[in-house]
Amino acid sequence: MIKDQDYLKKIADICLSKSKKLGSTDASILVQSSVSENINVRNKKLDGSERSENLGVVLTTYLGKKKSSIASSNLKESNLNELVDRCIETMKITPEDEYNSLPDKDLHFSGLKDLDLYDETHLSNEDKINYIKEAEDEAFSNNKIVNTNGSGFGENKSNFLLANSNGFADGYKTSQFTAYCEVVSKNNGSMERDYEYTSKRFYNDILKPKELGSIAADHAVKKLNPKKIKSEKISLIFDKRISKNFLSIFASAISSSAIAKGTTFLKDKLNHKVFNTEININDRGDIKKANGSRYFDSEGIGIINLDLIKNGILQDYLIDTYNGKKINRKSNGRASGTTNLYFENGSKTFSELIKSEKKLLYIKETIGHGTNIINGDYSVGASGIMIENGEFSYPVSEITIAGNLNNIFQNITLADDLEFNYSTNSPTMHVEGMIVGGK
Amino acid sequence: MTSLLKNSELSLEKADKIVSETLNSCDDGELYVEDTKSETIVLDDNKIKSSNYTSDLGYGFRAVTGDTVAYSHSNEISEKSLKNSSDNLKSTLKNNSGTYNSEIKKTNQKLYKEIDPIESKSMKSKIELLNNMNEYARSKDSSVKQVTASLLAEKKNIEIIRSGGELLSDNRPLVRINMSVMVEKNGRKETGVYGIGGRQDYDEYLKNDNWKKVCDEAFRIANTNIESKPSPAGEMKVVLGPGWPAILIHEAVGHGLEGDFNRKKTSAFHDLVGKKVASKGVTIIDDGTIDNRRGSLNIDDEGTPTERTVLIEDGILKNFMQDRLNARLMNTKSTGNGRRESYKHVVMPRMRNTIMLGGTNTQEEMIKSVDKGIFAVSFGGGQVDITSGKFVFNCTEAYEIINGKVGAPIKGATLIGDGPSSLKEILMVGNDMMLDPGIGTCGKAGQGVPVGVGQPSLLINNMTVGGTQL
Repeated sequence: MIKDQDYLKKIADICLSKSKKLGSTDASILVQSSVSENINVRNKKLDGSERSENLGVVLTTYLGKKKSSIASSNLKESNLNELVDRCIETMKITPEDEYNSLPDKDLHFSGLKDLDLYDETHLSNEDKINYIKEAEDEAFSNNKIVNTNGSGFGENKSNFLLANSNGFADGYKTSQFTAYCEVVSKNNGSMERDYEYTSKRFYNDILKPKELGSIAADHAVKKLNPKKIKSEKISLIFDKRISKNFLSIFASAISSSAIAKGTTFLKDKLNHKVFNTEININDRGDIKKANGSRYFDSEGIGIINLDLIKNGILQDYLIDTYNGKKINRKSNGRASGTTNLYFENGSKTFSELIKSEKKLLYIKETIGHGTNIINGDYSVGASGIMIENGEFSYPVSEITIAGNLNNIFQNITLADDLEFNYSTNSPTMHVEGMIVGGK
Repeated sequence: MTSLLKNSELSLEKADKIVSETLNSCDDGELYVEDTKSETIVLDDNKIKSSNYTSDLGYGFRAVTGDTVAYSHSNEISEKSLKNSSDNLKSTLKNNSGTYNSEIKKTNQKLYKEIDPIESKSMKSKIELLNNMNEYARSKDSSVKQVTASLLAEKKNIEIIRSGGELLSDNRPLVRINMSVMVEKNGRKETGVYGIGGRQDYDEYLKNDNWKKVCDEAFRIANTNIESKPSPAGEMKVVLGPGWPAILIHEAVGHGLEGDFNRKKTSAFHDLVGKKVASKGVTIIDDGTIDNRRGSLNIDDEGTPTERTVLIEDGILKNFMQDRLNARLMNTKSTGNGRRESYKHVVMPRMRNTIMLGGTNTQEEMIKSVDKGIFAVSFGGGQVDITSGKFVFNCTEAYEIINGKVGAPIKGATLIGDGPSSLKEILMVGNDMMLDPGIGTCGKAGQGVPVGVGQPSLLINNMTVGGTQL
């Protein structure tokens, strides 16, 4: 069972009062408790079960502008006392940093908690196994699916309390239900794997098992017997599961930490045109039941909605207290990063998008870590499907795609098929003229 | 031996009893207890940005029967908690029963000292070192605009309690010193990253002002990249430098030779044992027994002593890397590759120090033989799809080769290849085998473990380079 707020509060009080007694001027603490249960099935047979019970505490103490942190999973009082001692000793000899402080009291979250982030539904292991077996059954009904890499179902429940010496103390429960199915297809000596994945706060919102299995099978079969193509400049269509990655890259490039240090290609771009005028990007923390929704960030600051890009123009950064001070801005509640980040829908349908040019390459998977936030260079391995005259024609693999994000961002056209399946979501994306490395 | 349980509410005798009673009707399993202390100090933007100390204690209880694994972990160490876990394991495996395999090899292997690298250096001197690194790096050139330096130390003590009361333990120190430098010149920004580390005290790595070499190297890479031109795109010959570029070996064949993927027949290598998978002269090993290396372990996380496993010998595929579960199901023995990130994670076959042994060619002759290609000296991360065999890695320092000569540096390009075929494309194996500086972390199924790599210079006939110049 996850611990209740009273238990978490007791732990927080022990640490906060001990820190004060030992001379810290300020302190903040996070106490967490979670239980997760995961089931893995392979070839329709139980492969493994896993149950995790996690407890944890993270304490940060301040002495004026000096700061130090400790973290532990051992919540015995004797251990906590020892760790607080250590934290205070380290804090005393750590050099001052003028930007260190607790967050601005006026920005602390206070208000209703009505976002529906916790579903108390509990599935027995039997129910989890049945769900995932049904998904694999469906995948295997496709005769080119010969094996699975394993499919799984997970249920996670957690509770936390965040408190600080300025009087903030709040927390809440969240839940997450996750299922994935990863299958292997085979045909004429070609072997490929692919997957489908669903994750929601409410059990009733996840994909039905049959859908999960059939989408995974369809993905894996469509990759079979790929060709390698010649190096060329070509426009790309990014499948929704890849196009959302550009939002994650954008988010790290506008984090106040990167802006303050100058380690991003979007430094000094506030109020400048970063995308073309049809592009709008929002970050909203208040969508009911959504994966990225939260009431406050890891400093206790209330989440406000941000229109990060309006008609292509950069309107805001993602700001926390420490880095905000460096750039003379107040926190906008993004110490834990983005919430529900998304591109607004474009004006074209999916079908219009794939018919927009005679020849397009549809990207379904990228591999590698070839994004350089500092200068915007982008180069990753990829696989996908060639589109000729608006029709999907043959799978392509072992290619690279490269460009610079400054140009990529200006050349994006979006479809109108946005869905809120993850915490970061994008419609299907068309990017004009990228360089494909192949034969 | 004093057990990690000594200060808990759970006595070793009680733990033994629950473990034996739970596992007697299973094929395998153990109680894994872990006590980890770690410390990270980061200097960023001219300030000590954070000093974090973490103390983590917990257990993972595993029962295995047939090919089904039941796992339960918690950081509440008590009889009640362990009994709950036991009930959970039993309910998963309720319809299966097995015969406990109590056989496990013994070792007196001591590849590193039982030290606490966190306490071996005072907080004051660690802060002083970071400040010195920052000042030294910034003093190298006025183009240095940003410096991030960090010190990471860890002491991980593990204990494995098997059915029947057998207790195996290991104390594992680990340190890492990292440096990242950003240089800005003529409106361009580039970074260089370098680090060193292993299973010894900080001071072993700091001898003879070695920290200056770490700063020099990070600055050199950043400064080289400032002059870089766009990378070519397409298939060409590639010369790889020695040492760290062996992450190519790790991605291209290492993962595909892990026992689980081959037992499940999802690896492109699963039916190739005894077959030629690499050019003649190519021998690849996975060695957990090199003194003080980042990927070395006295025993793996199931208690099996590590060994030097020959994976590919003179081009022929010899062995997979095994943990106990996959070895049993494939009728072979564990090679001591059973690893996990922590007590919160299940064991899987993982690499240790993966190394291609040296050959006879020189780097000079490799470069001379190339009309048009690239010379890749250092890499960032890599990734592989073990089923299709396609792998990538990202160059952080590379040069063009034109008419047998090394030319201008080129911008960070991704190289992509096909695992099973790329090793057959190796034309020359260098005589300059080198191990990496001790910085690698390998990710698999969400678990990160410290690993090492090594290789000599290599000439590869054909790889696809992902640049922007057609």
